[in-house]
Amino acid sequence: MAAHLSYGRVNLNVLREAVRRELREFLDKCAGSKAIVWDEYLTGPFGLIAQYSLLKEHEVEKMFTLKGSRLPAADVKNIIFFVRPRLELMDIIAENVLSEDRRGPARDFHILFVPRRSLLCEQRLKDLGVLGSFIHREEYSLDLIPFDGDLLSMESESAFKECYLESDQTSLYHAAKGLMTLQALYGTIPQIFGKGECARQVANMMIRMKREFTGSQNSIFPVFDNLLLLDRNVDLLTPLATQLTYEGLIDEIYGIQNSYVKLPPEKFTPKKQGDSGKDLPTEAKKLQLNSAEELYAEIRDKNFNAVGSVLSKKAKVISAAFEERHNAKTVGEIKQFVSQLPHMQAARGSLANHTSIAELIKDVTTSEDFFDKLTVEQEFMSGIDTDKVNNYIEDCIAQKHPLIKVLRLVCLQSVCNSGLKQKVLDYYKREILQTYGYEHILTLYNLEKAGLLRPQTGGRNNYPTIRKTLRLWMDDVNEQNPTDISYVYSGYAPLSVRLAQLLSRPGWRSIEEVLRILPGPHFEERQPLPTGLQKKRQPGENRVTLIFFLGGVTYAEIAALRFLSQLEDGGTEYVIATTKLMNGTSWVESLMEKPI
Amino acid sequence: MNRTKGDEEEYWNSSKFKAFTFDDEDDELSQLKESKRAVNSLRDFVGDDDDDDDDLERVSWSGEPVGSISWTIKETAGNSGSTHEGREQKNRNNFSSYGQPSKPISTYSLSSFFKGRTRFGSFQSLSDALSDTSAKSYAPELGRPKGEYRDYSNDWSLSDTVQRLRKGKVCSLERFRSLQDKLQLLEEAVSMHDGNVITAVLIFLKRTLSKEILFRELEVRQVALRHLIHFLKEIGDQKLLLDLFRFLDRTEELALSHYQEHLNIQDPEKRKEFLKTCIGLPFSAEDSAHIQDHYTLLERQIIIETIDRHLESAGQTEIFRKHPRKASILNMPLVTTLFYSCFYHYTEAEGTFSSPINLKKTFKIPDKQYVLTALAARAKLRAWHDVDALFTTKNWLGYTKKRAPIGFHRVVEILHKNSAPVQILQEYVNLVEDVDTKLNLATKFKCHDVVIDTCRDLKDRQQLVAYRSKVDKGSAEEEKIDAILNSAQIRWKN
Repeated sequence: MAAHLSYGRVNLNVLREAVRRELREFLDKCAGSKAIVWDEYLTGPFGLIAQYSLLKEHEVEKMFTLKGSRLPAADVKNIIFFVRPRLELMDIIAENVLSEDRRGPARDFHILFVPRRSLLCEQRLKDLGVLGSFIHREEYSLDLIPFDGDLLSMESESAFKECYLESDQTSLYHAAKGLMTLQALYGTIPQIFGKGECARQVANMMIRMKREFTGSQNSIFPVFDNLLLLDRNVDLLTPLATQLTYEGLIDEIYGIQNSYVKLPPEKFTPKKQGDSGKDLPTEAKKLQLNSAEELYAEIRDKNFNAVGSVLSKKAKVISAAFEERHNAKTVGEIKQFVSQLPHMQAARGSLANHTSIAELIKDVTTSEDFFDKLTVEQEFMSGIDTDKVNNYIEDCIAQKHPLIKVLRLVCLQSVCNSGLKQKVLDYYKREILQTYGYEHILTLYNLEKAGLLRPQTGGRNNYPTIRKTLRLWMDDVNEQNPTDISYVYSGYAPLSVRLAQLLSRPGWRSIEEVLRILPGPHFEERQPLPTGLQKKRQPGENRVTLIFFLGGVTYAEIAALRFLSQLEDGGTEYVIATTKLMNGTSWVESLMEKPI
Repeated sequence: MNRTKGDEEEYWNSSKFKAFTFDDEDDELSQLKESKRAVNSLRDFVGDDDDDDDDLERVSWSGEPVGSISWTIKETAGNSGSTHEGREQKNRNNFSSYGQPSKPISTYSLSSFFKGRTRFGSFQSLSDALSDTSAKSYAPELGRPKGEYRDYSNDWSLSDTVQRLRKGKVCSLERFRSLQDKLQLLEEAVSMHDGNVITAVLIFLKRTLSKEILFRELEVRQVALRHLIHFLKEIGDQKLLLDLFRFLDRTEELALSHYQEHLNIQDPEKRKEFLKTCIGLPFSAEDSAHIQDHYTLLERQIIIETIDRHLESAGQTEIFRKHPRKASILNMPLVTTLFYSCFYHYTEAEGTFSSPINLKKTFKIPDKQYVLTALAARAKLRAWHDVDALFTTKNWLGYTKKRAPIGFHRVVEILHKNSAPVQILQEYVNLVEDVDTKLNLATKFKCHDVVIDTCRDLKDRQQLVAYRSKVDKGSAEEEKIDAILNSAQIRWKN
């Protein structure tokens, strides 16, 4: 079921097994039959590490979503709340516990905090008078969740806001803990590189944590050669641009949640003749997207413009395979054909799904507005007209396009101009507040504080220097057979990935000047290994780099890193970890101020 | 605020539940042994097959084709309508079975790596140790073996204390009495980077130090300060937060943080009054103006809403009868309000609060914005005469001229969106200055006359011939095209 996690260079099933084991241990502590009450947000991430069957084996008989008032009836001995440590959830739990029917059979309550217990939450439970009702209050450190053979995420949606707006280091602490877990499973990582304030913090925490475990020499042969810690605020630009890979566009348009996507159902109904469309499904079509699906693994990271030809080639191959049945004459041949049938049918189903998805995406990407938006983005990223009010953005505001779309564009312009001229900034602000409401002053303030939308200071625009030195804009991009990572944004090479690429070859020393312009320190640390564990690399053997994005990573960046991993003379393969899989929209949304 | 020793002892003696420690291997030694053992035996599933993992449980694993968690919640909760997804689930599982068969893998628990985690139930909470003596009202916990209750130990060192807090163990902070002790405790917590522990210590300091001292000390400890601000925001202690910002002279944050509270006030009158208190707070100059506008706008909206609701329910006013209001205007953005007023109150004199001109003046709405909004509103009502007036200017000689600050191409698009008839569209398409844009728009919106005339003026015979195929057979347009094509007076360029 999770076989795709072991396809990569590093077997991430080992991690998945470790967290499953811990879950079982907890469930067994609460002896007897159980019902789990879920913080809905957690069901997605948990779905990636365990299925219901695992819970059932440990006597979980019922599951509910956490809601106010009374718990649904369930004839079980234990009620276990699986929750994130959030105050508002504590209020709901207290309501549940207090409205418990006293006349009914007594039930035991427990709480499992994911990923950590929180003093604040327990205090709140206490204030509400229910803390004593819980027998087990524990934490489940689900820090890094394996998403794919080369991808791990903490799925902490507020990490960026906490780190860069509130300067709360808690999520960095979790990141460091997650990295310690990885090292316990996959060996000490001998070299740590980093860029950015948060990266520095995480490295410090790791070094400190390691010191605290002295005595227990980690005797596992290291799987990772180095770790690269990158602050999201070193590269604020990339997530703002519209991703143009297949997976990136699915995420931009429909939003991928915990590797699932919900799609409009119309395109997925089997066409039947004489069907007058009365049985049109109304429920969204839900599909899982990961490398377990052969076709998806092949096309996910391609530029969308290169997906069509792959799909049509696949279609030909599959039809040809089905045609083979006419050539099967002997019993042996027929048997052979039949044995391949399930695989062929699966391939056909997969092809049908992705053809439908590609059609849905094409409807969007061929629209006039998408083209206009992309043109403006590309102008900004290549440094054209970033210093004056942009007509298209003005039009978007006038036509009241979604606020997040407007904010993404304005922020992109600001980042590509190292801040906007005060006059331009004031103009945008005014238009936005008058059109979308004055309360967005708070959101604009947050964006400014995070460095996304700010006035230019010192009157200098550093972006052209960065762009030229790091070759962020490539005019001759090949979308079909890419030769450079810039294919993921049809011209723009993601800054973050460029930094990783340059680190592996020729090394950061060549770009010292740019590194100084980008925010935060850059550094290198070594974690010495005992002689027995030092690796002697075979000639031609690739290094494995774990790259950790603090504050989130986009699918397009992941695609660019996979592209580098697959380069024949690349020399480095990447495993990617992050606090959150995100895109520009979910990112800006996380910075918007809502009622408390 | 410091409690006397007597109080504290009495608390621990009288408290119904007792703080306790586990009889588990809490000492460093056994912890290390455990993690060492765990780490060493991990070799097994990474590489070689060594079998001396005696006391660590081995678990065999194989993928199980059963429903996902979110799916099962619906299932076991017995909601209806989950059958569809159930089917889908089955399909998916069928599909995935074509993938590689998963090998059983054995593995060990994570929890044994770092933590001196106990085998028994939960620990007592951190907060119990920090709590006020008054809060001890709950019943003894059931289902917990007696042996788990242990005497409370009071002499943890500073770093031990922080370590214990970090592991979620009970640990009283009350013995840190002097300011110096408390600050050292805080610094130790900060150096751990564990937000949870830092917050624990901050709660203790907040309770046992005077506000002034707390603020003063945190001002020079930025990390802890940021955690305190985050914590105050989370628990919603607005008062202390504002005091803190005031103390730190972080005036803009103070202002914004105060302003933010209005989002939680539902009642429009109260919200208005609250916004009034925000005026004059130390916002940036730009924001000050916006805040003032926000207040004025809500004030207006309340007046308009009261009058219009009354008019609408009285049923005497035609516009409200023909176009009932879809929602209240309260708390809508300025541009939406302007649209509303252009829709329902277009002809009102400037003196009334609800008149568009009044809004335009009060809020200094730029011409462009005003015209766009008025156009959209009047077009929606199909009040073409108003639309016409919007773009007509008279010079001092009395000649009229059409002028649009937003460009006539935008006018055409907005009119089309509001399904204006072709004659109207045509009139404005003709006013588009750029010929290519004009031709594009005319073609797109089927303004045949404009297309034909433009081609004629451009002397573009080919395009005209091509366009002939797009108009209806035998129509007046076709005739017109034919007449032009046959005319001898035009010198075609192609």
